[in-house]
Amino acid sequence: MKKRLFKVAAAAAVAVLSAALLNGCGKSADKTGGAGEVYVYNWGEYIDESVIEQFEEETGIKVVYDMFETNEEMYPVIEAGGVKYDAVCPSDYMIQKMIENNMLAEINFDNVPNIKEIDKPFMEMTKSFDPENKYSAPYCWGTVGILYNTSMVAPEDVPTSWLDLWDEKFDDNILMQDSVRDAFMIALKPLGYSMNTTSREELAEARDLLIEQKPLVQAYVIDQVRDKMIGGEAALGVIYSGEMLYIQQEVADLGLDYTLEYVIPEEGTCLWLDSWVIPANAPNKENAEKWINFLLRPDIAKKNFDYITYATPNKGAFDMLEPEIQNNKAIFPDVSTFKDFEVFKYLGDDVDSIYNDFWKEVKSK
Amino acid sequence: MNKKLLSGPYTLWMIGFTIIPLALIVYYGLTDRSGAFTLANIIAITTAEHSKALWLSLGLSFVSTLICLILAYPLAMVLRAKGVGQGSFIVFIFILPMWMNFLLRTLAWQTLLEKNGVINGILTTLHLPTQNLINTPGAIVLGMVYNFLPFMVLPIYNVLVKIDDNVINAAKDLGANFTQVLLRILLPLSVPGIVSGITMVFVPALTTFVISNLLGGSKILLIGNVIEQEFTKGSNWNLGSGLSLVLMFFILISMALIAKYDKNGEGSTF
Repeated sequence: MKKRLFKVAAAAAVAVLSAALLNGCGKSADKTGGAGEVYVYNWGEYIDESVIEQFEEETGIKVVYDMFETNEEMYPVIEAGGVKYDAVCPSDYMIQKMIENNMLAEINFDNVPNIKEIDKPFMEMTKSFDPENKYSAPYCWGTVGILYNTSMVAPEDVPTSWLDLWDEKFDDNILMQDSVRDAFMIALKPLGYSMNTTSREELAEARDLLIEQKPLVQAYVIDQVRDKMIGGEAALGVIYSGEMLYIQQEVADLGLDYTLEYVIPEEGTCLWLDSWVIPANAPNKENAEKWINFLLRPDIAKKNFDYITYATPNKGAFDMLEPEIQNNKAIFPDVSTFKDFEVFKYLGDDVDSIYNDFWKEVKSK
Repeated sequence: MNKKLLSGPYTLWMIGFTIIPLALIVYYGLTDRSGAFTLANIIAITTAEHSKALWLSLGLSFVSTLICLILAYPLAMVLRAKGVGQGSFIVFIFILPMWMNFLLRTLAWQTLLEKNGVINGILTTLHLPTQNLINTPGAIVLGMVYNFLPFMVLPIYNVLVKIDDNVINAAKDLGANFTQVLLRILLPLSVPGIVSGITMVFVPALTTFVISNLLGGSKILLIGNVIEQEFTKGSNWNLGSGLSLVLMFFILISMALIAKYDKNGEGSTF
């Protein structure tokens, strides 16, 4: 209980400071009329900024927009409640954690008619973390796969399995993801286990596999995979599909003598979904629903896709895209092959710490 | 009364940004997730991974500090000999890179050291074999030395310029050669600067996680990386704080050293 007190005190301090700052420049808020405000909390670089202006113009609602970098950073902010947000955009497993801790309000979908634009498979997928589709509205999705450099990987060596990341041919030529769950997913899948396993034995096997791989790994990176692969630093890299459009564009612009191709290994992969939710303590719930409905409008979703380039689950927006983007399997893999795909689940603090401890053992070897 | 009023902002600053955060770290470090008192987060340093990371950090920071000292001392002596005008200009040149963001400078090293980076590019052009530079402990030491060298040069320089020329001339008059002047006059008189420089390099090198992430490819786990992971990925603030307290113990030792050797605060950098 005391811990909570501390958090509240810290949040209060932050709130007082930001209120003091906001007062200075927030005077124009009144000019937008009686439509009120909506406090939005989203990932960095995860919206076309002109969409915010368009929303303000069309509805007269003032948007107060803040950004976060990781789900883990966002969670304590919402939990402490020092700043009350109306609409937040976390990932799958984090939404599940928030639902379990009663931190989310049910969305009144009568106010969000555009939910019908979301393609059926994604509403199904959502059920793995939001079982009754009551709390979340999908925004972006993607997969994790292997990116390879065509000049460094012979045609017969083109990766088909996660285990190709253990191939000694690619010694010092492999870039791994420096994030716990993704790294364990890569080792658990070829072992035939679920990437949401809570079994200590299965995780220990995965850990040993990752330790075995470490000498071959050039570096554990997150965002830098993109630039290192474009620069020809490594033959294979584990990457999020959302980066592919940028990579293909960049490779074409630079006139490189190789291309970078994306494959999803045969064992299946992680499928992730970022969705809009409304915190239980949201002061402007109806405005948040207007905001979400606006983002689900096909023309707006397309505008955002053009900017973010992460796949959109919005059928209406998808239909508006150029055929060559629609057929780009790296960005929009075939939905019918989704049987081996899994969505990350929140496994509880105790299991999380097994993952973290094992990951440290891998990293310190 | 008036004086108390004037000190208000500073008192507030210290309470808000030093004392409260420190108290929070102590609180988190000595409790578990439910808020009950425990020493487990401190004892956690004895696990194989944590103690390995700690020793590695201590080792790499020690090597970096030593290299910084070996590079900085002769430089500070040269600067002293140059006199005020020229000397300050060279010091200025030395501090110039510090105007750029620390991250950018480290990223620049990454571009230099990479497999297809600038250095290997030059080697290839000269038909020399390429070197495996990045993602090694050596790259991390290089990053530490590069980033923290000015913190070693400035305190030593500040102490050296204050040594009266007459002291050195007197030693020479009495027949001391260069080595004797260096070992028996300059070195003893510049101890405060050296100690201050050592602390200013050793402490940030010991706690860094950015340099080991960028130049070590995250393959080399330092104690800073462990703490960072606990906060950003593990959501285990208690363990992260506990390990920070252990680190703070080592930092306090170096602070105690300063207090012992630098009684007059002569070695202060700025």
